[in-house]
Amino acid sequence: MELRCQPLLPGAPVEGICLALTAPISFWGGVNPASGEIIDARHPQRGLNIAGTVLALPGTIGSSSASAVLLELVHAGRAPAALLMDAPDAILLLGIVVAREMGWPAPPAFRLPAAEQAALAGRLLRISQAGVITLDAEAPSLSTAGRP
Amino acid sequence: MVALTADESAIAAGSKGDGAAMAMRIVAEAARLMGAPRLIPIASAHIDGALYHGDSGTLFAEALVAGGARTAVRATLNVGSLTPAGCAAVHLPPHEHEMARRMMRAYEAMGCEPSWTCAPYQAGHRPAQGSDVAWGESNAVVFCNSVLGARTNRYGDFLDIACAIAGRAPDYGLHRPENRVATLLLDAGGLSDALRRSAVLYPVLGTLLGRRAGNAVAVIDGLQGCTDEDRLKALGAAAASAGGVGLFHVAGVTPEAPDAAAALGGLQPQERIVVTPAELSATLATLSTAADGERIDAVAIGSPHLSLAEIDAMEQLLAGRRLQRPLYANTGRHVLSALDRAGRRRGLEEAGVVFVVDTCIVVTPILPELEGAVLMTNSGKFAHYAPGNTGYAVVYGSLGECVESAVAGRLVREARAWN
Repeated sequence: MELRCQPLLPGAPVEGICLALTAPISFWGGVNPASGEIIDARHPQRGLNIAGTVLALPGTIGSSSASAVLLELVHAGRAPAALLMDAPDAILLLGIVVAREMGWPAPPAFRLPAAEQAALAGRLLRISQAGVITLDAEAPSLSTAGRP
Repeated sequence: MVALTADESAIAAGSKGDGAAMAMRIVAEAARLMGAPRLIPIASAHIDGALYHGDSGTLFAEALVAGGARTAVRATLNVGSLTPAGCAAVHLPPHEHEMARRMMRAYEAMGCEPSWTCAPYQAGHRPAQGSDVAWGESNAVVFCNSVLGARTNRYGDFLDIACAIAGRAPDYGLHRPENRVATLLLDAGGLSDALRRSAVLYPVLGTLLGRRAGNAVAVIDGLQGCTDEDRLKALGAAAASAGGVGLFHVAGVTPEAPDAAAALGGLQPQERIVVTPAELSATLATLSTAADGERIDAVAIGSPHLSLAEIDAMEQLLAGRRLQRPLYANTGRHVLSALDRAGRRRGLEEAGVVFVVDTCIVVTPILPELEGAVLMTNSGKFAHYAPGNTGYAVVYGSLGECVESAVAGRLVREARAWN
């Protein structure tokens, strides 16, 4: 099965299990910048870890320090493998822009409507540079996404 | 697709050095992501990016410095994680302390003014109405747009300094006049005159505005003759922490709203909200998280940073008495130096006031760790952030209630009708 998404910040092809959040998140105060753990007490995916996942974001809450948290995750080696965003959020994505300026390997980001994100939850995805998403036929169990 | 001028393209390619190139590329990339067609020149910047969140931010600032980057326009600095002007002690571990210090030094090295305040607009940085600027820190953004009538989006970490170095910002959002027209009308005219003339109303009204407006532009009607600059500051700060408000108008008060109809661009509002006593009381209740009781461990005022007028009001209410609980007065060095010159600082400190300068109690560890501690505040923004960032439960009250509670060492309430 294949799906296409629009590259926002393209990068080399990536592979990872999709962690599809079910509520918008604020990276500042919502994600531990040192570990990647979701720490927002009110978030449904609290306790899961975004590091290494294909992180699907149905929405972001725009704290002006979201970019600093994402840059810190990249620097700490705890960033997602890729971001799938319902809408581009310049503040969050700037963390990736700055990481690349610093010469730090940073994940690609793509635009994918929230309605199409949910079906990817827990699946192993491969995403090409052009934004072609390939799903493995065998779906790993949903509970493995985001677990350390 | 964003189109750069020949000059902008040359700078992005390195004609003015590596630091300037990095900044221009970051601004251009942000413009591309937001669909801005071009960059526009800016008159000034206010930089929120010098607050330490981790080592990567320090390394970025130092990379700009190493690349020879200098700010092209006036740039003031928001609060940092340390307090170089002294006063309250900051309890950061040694590594974090050192990296925060290096970060602050790097921003100063690029030519940013060491204002270290979240109220730069009361520290002499007041851009002209209609000018384009790139400001960070949500309360400063909303004040700049709403009260000064200058034009800025909410500039996040890294983009703020990149714009200051490039002297440019992406042309979109609140830089464009058509996006500054109100679509929401908030009618506060039904509230009592006494309440509309009380400072304690404004953080509550701002919280209500933030929750109801999200990031829409609202015009508030019914406050003519009731507001002053500190009340608008408190309203905007609460609105910007409870929601994504970047601009509001107050009919007959703020520069783009000679009246409500003008702020609405002559159109009917998409939504009209009448502020009722019931909704106001419900909003007021959400500003306090502490269980019912008299326990108060500390009082904090000054988010945004206190003006000299607010210090005057506190000192009058204190009336020479001593405090049973510490009162953390968060302000900028622009105010502290005025207090020093007037010989007023020592007396206030001897009474139990603790000045927190260049930073504030919710962005860096200052409050002592106490089990079940309760903080009282008159700030909607402190009420919003203190529980998560300090571990203290909060009680919201007026400045008078804050001072009386600090004097008594327990919660003191004034009689007040919320209608």
